[in-house]
Amino acid sequence: MPELVKFKLNDKELTAEKGTLLIEAARQNGVEIPAFCYYPGLSLQAACRMCLVDIEKRPKLATACTEPVMEGMVVWSDNEKIHTARKTTLEFLLTNHPLDCPVCDKGGECELQDMVFRYGAGGSRFVEEKLHVPEQKWSPVVYYDAPRCILCYRCIRICNEGMGVGALGLNYRGVNSEIVPNKGDHLECEECGMCIDICPVGALTSGAYRYQTRPWEMTYVATPCAHCGDGCKVTLSVRNNQIMRGNNRDASGLNGEFLCIKGRYGYDFTHSAERITKPRVRKNDELVECTWTEAIAAAAAGLKAAKTHGVIGSTHTTNEENFFLQKFARQGLKTPHIDHRRSADFPALMDALAGRPATPSALATSRDVLEAPAVLLIGNNPTDQHPMLAWNIRTAVRLRKQHLYIVNRASIPLVAQAEAAKIAKAGEEIEELERFRDALAKEKDVVIIFGSEVKGADITKLVAFGDTLPGHTRYIALADNANSRGAVDMGVLPDLGPGYQPAAQAGMALDEMLAGNLEAFLIVGANPARRYLIQAGKAFVVVQDMFLTETAQIADVLLPSAGPYEKGGTVTNTYGEVQRQKLGLLVNGAKTDLEILSLIARAMGFDLGAANAATQSNEVFEEIRRSVKGYNIAAAALWTGSAVPAVTLNGAVPHRDRPDLIASSNDTLFTSGTLGRYCSALSAVAEAKERKNPEGIGK
Amino acid sequence: MIYGLRDLMPGSEHEVKVISRRFDLPNSASIDTYLANEGYQAFLKARKMTQDEIIEEVKKSGLRGRGGAGFSTGMKWSFVPKNIQKPRYIVCNADESEPGTCKDRLLMQFDPHEIIEGMMIAGLAIDAHKGFIYIRGEYRFLIEIVEKAIDEAYARGWLGKNIQGTGFDFDCVAHSGAGAYECGEESALLESLEGKRGIPRIRPPFPAVAGLYQSPTILNNVETFATVPAIILKGGDWYHALGTPKNGGTKLTNISGHVKRPGCYELPLGISLRKAIYEVAGGMEGDKKIKAIIPGGSSTPMLVPDQLDTPMDFDSMAKQGTFLGSGGLVVMNEDTCMVEVALRVMRFYSHESCGWCIPCREGTTWLKKMLTRFHAGGGEERDINLINELAQAMLGRTFCPLGDAAAMPMISAVKHFRADFEAHLNGNKCPYEGRQ
Repeated sequence: MPELVKFKLNDKELTAEKGTLLIEAARQNGVEIPAFCYYPGLSLQAACRMCLVDIEKRPKLATACTEPVMEGMVVWSDNEKIHTARKTTLEFLLTNHPLDCPVCDKGGECELQDMVFRYGAGGSRFVEEKLHVPEQKWSPVVYYDAPRCILCYRCIRICNEGMGVGALGLNYRGVNSEIVPNKGDHLECEECGMCIDICPVGALTSGAYRYQTRPWEMTYVATPCAHCGDGCKVTLSVRNNQIMRGNNRDASGLNGEFLCIKGRYGYDFTHSAERITKPRVRKNDELVECTWTEAIAAAAAGLKAAKTHGVIGSTHTTNEENFFLQKFARQGLKTPHIDHRRSADFPALMDALAGRPATPSALATSRDVLEAPAVLLIGNNPTDQHPMLAWNIRTAVRLRKQHLYIVNRASIPLVAQAEAAKIAKAGEEIEELERFRDALAKEKDVVIIFGSEVKGADITKLVAFGDTLPGHTRYIALADNANSRGAVDMGVLPDLGPGYQPAAQAGMALDEMLAGNLEAFLIVGANPARRYLIQAGKAFVVVQDMFLTETAQIADVLLPSAGPYEKGGTVTNTYGEVQRQKLGLLVNGAKTDLEILSLIARAMGFDLGAANAATQSNEVFEEIRRSVKGYNIAAAALWTGSAVPAVTLNGAVPHRDRPDLIASSNDTLFTSGTLGRYCSALSAVAEAKERKNPEGIGK
Repeated sequence: MIYGLRDLMPGSEHEVKVISRRFDLPNSASIDTYLANEGYQAFLKARKMTQDEIIEEVKKSGLRGRGGAGFSTGMKWSFVPKNIQKPRYIVCNADESEPGTCKDRLLMQFDPHEIIEGMMIAGLAIDAHKGFIYIRGEYRFLIEIVEKAIDEAYARGWLGKNIQGTGFDFDCVAHSGAGAYECGEESALLESLEGKRGIPRIRPPFPAVAGLYQSPTILNNVETFATVPAIILKGGDWYHALGTPKNGGTKLTNISGHVKRPGCYELPLGISLRKAIYEVAGGMEGDKKIKAIIPGGSSTPMLVPDQLDTPMDFDSMAKQGTFLGSGGLVVMNEDTCMVEVALRVMRFYSHESCGWCIPCREGTTWLKKMLTRFHAGGGEERDINLINELAQAMLGRTFCPLGDAAAMPMISAVKHFRADFEAHLNGNKCPYEGRQ
């Protein structure tokens, strides 16, 4: 039990944990002590002097952000002395801060505005000339306006301490002090934009958003990011059916403070000029636009005419869509041939852990990474492939003294945080673990995280290794995309149905389907033609996609689908946490994959249950909750925005090992598979050109 | 041009020469002169004493920090924890930058070994084996002198391993600052010495516990260290008796401004301002009247002629609402424009504010801009009160004492010389123009 101390704040007797900073102790007791430079989790500055409080028997006011609360302490945060101090500090700040609030991006959501409104003076006594320096462009997505900067140093600290990048510093001194990129006039960093989010004023602004709108003209939708498998929540700022901005304003996701460049800026594929917004059918070997009625009829007819079918699902579509897709395949088309591009061997992991209790789970969540005393990372480069995971590890190492052990084929940035790191030859990762055995045996509990390098029989070996460790060992398999895990959980696999239950009849895997002689394909939100040679003309191909991808180009019927920000539903991140995807906006002409599938099913006369009658994903989700093992999760928690772990450990998983099919697409921070091509910010930043994952990672 | 001793220290019968006693000797900075005149004998004596005995002797001397704060040196040394498995460091603050102060430079120029020896004795007192002398960047010529002294000491076995067969190791390094007044603040100095931006640290912990490289550190002013050998050699009681009961010893005092013989004098603590100005410094130039006195460097509140009988020691100055500070006495005559004085002072602090905290960064700049306008005749009645209010708003609310240093002279300028401010109103040009 933590020791509690009693203290008095504004004449009220309160208690707090011993050692808590006064500013936090006050907040826990419902008293706001204003501050600019204080930021939970970052190093202390005591620079802004907004949090000054009056402590009994102290000659001077003290900063609440640096004073640990002590037994018997008597504090005032609300007396005349404090009011005056706050008022003058704000008056000082406004001497050089331009009052361009009417045009400033931050106007309406600015901490300085709010503070002045609450604690400031109505007028100013400053009549001298203000300082001015021109605004600077640090990168296509980060701009700095020095006069607006109040020098709280949050940006420097988030970049140094949170990101471990250290791209920002401080130049000059006194009133001329300026935040500067350490590379001179431009950023060389991860372009995560965390500095923009954390800026309390409009000093750091987003190149993708600036001077376009006002905060109160937009609606805000916090929804899982469309890109990697981490499942961060991004807040989309939407005006007139257009996403104006992505940021972390909501900060309610399991990513906490964090968002990477993809989450923040990788939304504009939604409005790409290359979006398909009208269905197309192939006529005289050319895809020509047509009506939805015509296209659905053509798709239904083509599929009906074929005797054998292959179905390929997506790692980006929702659980509802993937669930319905496998139902469409197995019950509608009556084909066992269904698969998707796999990047983590979840079936092998669930099988290796079969028989373990649901609680405490042998599967770790993203939160567990943050709290674990030790992490063993095998393969993968989280800094690029799972940025939130990298953030969580860095945070845990920094604030909770977590011990990180790394085995990888090459050195990765997280080595900087590691207690120990070993380079292993491809395929020798598991043997290499022996070197850490003694160290890991001393750790309390270990979370073992592995990339697509570890698959098939290696997973069994890994679990055997984990079992020899004394504590409660938990596992995480890292998969590439926003719903890679969901696709597996929903049974978009040839050997497994939803919930890791054996399929009634095993079908062909992705490579076998594409190399075989199937008469028709239904490809939803996937681009296998990027990797595999698909003979156009031989088979009848129906493609549902947002773009004219390599696969879409060989379609006989091309149906424009809605993107992830344009529909409701649920997605499951690589940690098995299910989150609700919220409808952000509608794009004219596109339909959700669920709706398209329902239309085809109806046209083909399939009776696929609730989803056939309704295009609402909620009803499909109810069916998932009822019928998919491990997905009977608390709906209320889900609807209110929480991430709820699915319970996918349900006994043995008789699966067909195909380790050769499991590979990461090795996306960097600046690529995102086919989707990434249509995100302008990802390719606009200079860092994108150089960035590569180290050789050998993710294969 | 490098000034000679006589330019800097005109000499006076009221002087009591302890730390400056070797300045007059030929080649006073050389190790030969030093060794021939009691040099490094205090170290040898201290080597035979226990750590507690050394600290006790320094406590007995009543020596108070000569950098300006006047904290008991013996006490400071005793705060260093004994049972920490970390290296300990001795840091000498030679970042002398307070306007009106130019005493440490004399010690470095004329007797650098005295400083090194003082640091070595501090090293003995806390079992530290490495010392750093952080020298103001603008004192380039002094860095050469100090480095030469260090080289000599190494060459003659007074620094390095097993010093003179005593079994004690001590290394010493001179390090140059980069021109920031702020780095004279002890924690900013440590940051700068570690190679970081010179901004102060949050305290506690204090340097005695977590100083340089987060290790226990004794950090004293040049003059403080230079005083230590004499205390060890002749005893704390002897040194103490040179000053007043609570303010032992002597102090290098710089007297500048409109006096006949400006310069640096080693005076016993407790000598009155009147005596210092009229007898030591020879009185006022042109026998004009005194208007204001800055007693201890530009950051200390100003005194007026009524307060001339105040003894120059830490406690008596405190009673008058000001500080003995660094011993930089600036005397101004009746033809001095106090608005211009305020402007000069504020120009300095606004230039030197590190910018870390809001009240100092913005407050000094605002005051500088306003005083510039005011002195040029653009002032308004309400500005006079505003100067005081802004200074009060900075006082005690900044991250480090620089804000206070800037605020205090403004408050005293408005308090004592309101008439000067009022004379600048209504577009009047400065009434003192051309009078000096």
